[in-house]
Amino acid sequence: MTDMIGQVGHASDLFSKFDDIIAMREDLLASGVEDPFNLVMERVLSPTVAVCNGRETILLGTYNYMGMTFDPEVVAAGKDALDRFGSGTTGSRVLNGTYIGHRQVEDALREFYAMDHAMVFSTGYQANLGIIATIAGKGDYIVLDIDSHASIWDGCKMGDAEVVPFKHNDIDAMERRLRRIPDGAGKLVVLEGVYSMLGDIAPLKEMIAVAKKYGAMVLVDEAHSMGFMGPNGRGVAEDQGVLDQVDFVIGTFSKSVGTVGGFCVSNHPKFEVLRLVCRPYVFTASLPPSVVATAATSIRKLMHGKNKRAHLWENSRVLHKGLKDRGFQLGTDEPQSAIIAVLMPDLEKGAAMWEALLHEGLYVNLARPPATPANMTLLRCSLCAEHSAEQVKAVIGMFERAGKATGIIG
Amino acid sequence: MDRAEIDTRIRTLIEPFNKKGIAITDDSRFTDDLEFDSLTVMDFVAEIEDEFDIIITMNQQAEIENYGQLVDAVLKLADKG
Repeated sequence: MTDMIGQVGHASDLFSKFDDIIAMREDLLASGVEDPFNLVMERVLSPTVAVCNGRETILLGTYNYMGMTFDPEVVAAGKDALDRFGSGTTGSRVLNGTYIGHRQVEDALREFYAMDHAMVFSTGYQANLGIIATIAGKGDYIVLDIDSHASIWDGCKMGDAEVVPFKHNDIDAMERRLRRIPDGAGKLVVLEGVYSMLGDIAPLKEMIAVAKKYGAMVLVDEAHSMGFMGPNGRGVAEDQGVLDQVDFVIGTFSKSVGTVGGFCVSNHPKFEVLRLVCRPYVFTASLPPSVVATAATSIRKLMHGKNKRAHLWENSRVLHKGLKDRGFQLGTDEPQSAIIAVLMPDLEKGAAMWEALLHEGLYVNLARPPATPANMTLLRCSLCAEHSAEQVKAVIGMFERAGKATGIIG
Repeated sequence: MDRAEIDTRIRTLIEPFNKKGIAITDDSRFTDDLEFDSLTVMDFVAEIEDEFDIIITMNQQAEIENYGQLVDAVLKLADKG
C-alpha cells in the first residue's frame, strides 16, 4: 500500500513510549520468577482459598474484607435476579438501564449511610471519575492528597478544575494550599479514609475541620473501610465522628460488598441533577441485574456484621504483630485497617518473596511504582473476616519461611 | 520582587533536588536535563509554593518545562499576591 500511495514523513511506533516498562518486565521474568501480574485462579473454593497455578492457596491479597462473595443469601439473590431479569441491561441508567434492582441497591445505600441520595455507577473507578470531573469545573480548585488513588487523579484530569496536591496526610500543607486559593473560587477537598497502599488512615477529623474553615466541599473515598470501620461500618469518617461534615462519600461494591460497582452518597439537596450531567454515569451500560441484587443483599447484611467486623480486626492485629515480631518492616507501626503492607527492599527481592510465598501456598499483592508512594515495592496483605485464626497463624509461618529463604529477614 | 531575586531564591531551593549538581540555565529542562521524576517535581513545587506563598496548580505545571519558564511563572504568580 505504501508503495502505491507513497509515504510522507517517517513512520513512528506509538508503542515506543512503553519500552521502559517492557524492559522492566522482561528483566523480572528473565530472573526466572513466576509472573506476579499474570496469576490465574483456576478454582475459587471460598472467600479465602483458591487453586492458583495448580496449587491450593490462601488468599491474602483480595479486597474481600467481609467475605461476602460466597454468602448463601447473596449468591441466591444473584441467581434469582439472573432468572427473573436476564444477564444484562444493555443500556444506560438514564435510558433503559434502570431496573427495580438498581433502585433497590440505591435504597440500601441510603439506609446504610443514613443519607438522602445515592447514585450507583458501573465501577468504583467511574464513581470517582464521574463525580470529581463533574462537580469541579472551570475556575474551581481541587485540593487533594498526593497519594490519592488513580481514579481520583483521572477524575481531576478529566475535569477542567485547577488541581492542587498536598503532601500525604499533612494537615498544614493542605491548609496552606486552601489559604492561597483566590477568594470566591469553588473548592473541593478530596481525601481517602484508608489509603490502600500502606493501609494507613487519614486524620479526617482535623482535615475536614480545616476544609470547612475555608469553605470547601469535602469528598471522601471510603472504598477500603466500608463494612468494618465506624460503629455502623460507614467508614473512617464515621469512626472519627465527622461523617455529617462530608459532602460526598465515594464507595465501591468490589471490596467489602463482594461484587462490582461504585457509588456516591450525599445529602446535597441538588444531588440528583448529577444523573443528567455526569458523563461516566450516563454514557455507559448499567450494572447487570444479578450484580445489583447481590450488592443490595450484601449491603443489608453488612449493616448487621458486628461479629464479623470484630474478627476482621482481630485478624489484622494478629498478623501485624506476627510479622513485626519476625522482623518484617511494615507500612504502619500499628494496624490501622485490614491492609498490612510489608515493605520490600526492591522489585527484584519483592518478586522473589512473592514467588516464595506463592510456593508456600499464599497469595498476596505485589505492588510497585507508580501505584505505590515514594517508589516503594510492597507485599500487600489484605485480611478477610472469613480468615480463620488458624489460617492467620499459618500465614505468619509462611512469611517467616519465605522471608528467611529470600533473605528479607535474618 | 524582580526576576533576579526570584531566580536567586529558586536556585537555593533547587540545590538539594539537583543531586548531580548539573549547571542550571534558563533552558535546563526538569525531566530531560535535571532528571526530575514525578515525585521530585511534586516535592520541589511544594517548596516553591511555600517559599513564595503561591499555588502552582498541576495545570500550570504542565506548561512549565524548563527552569526559565518556572522563574517567569513564579514572577507572575508572586506579583498577583
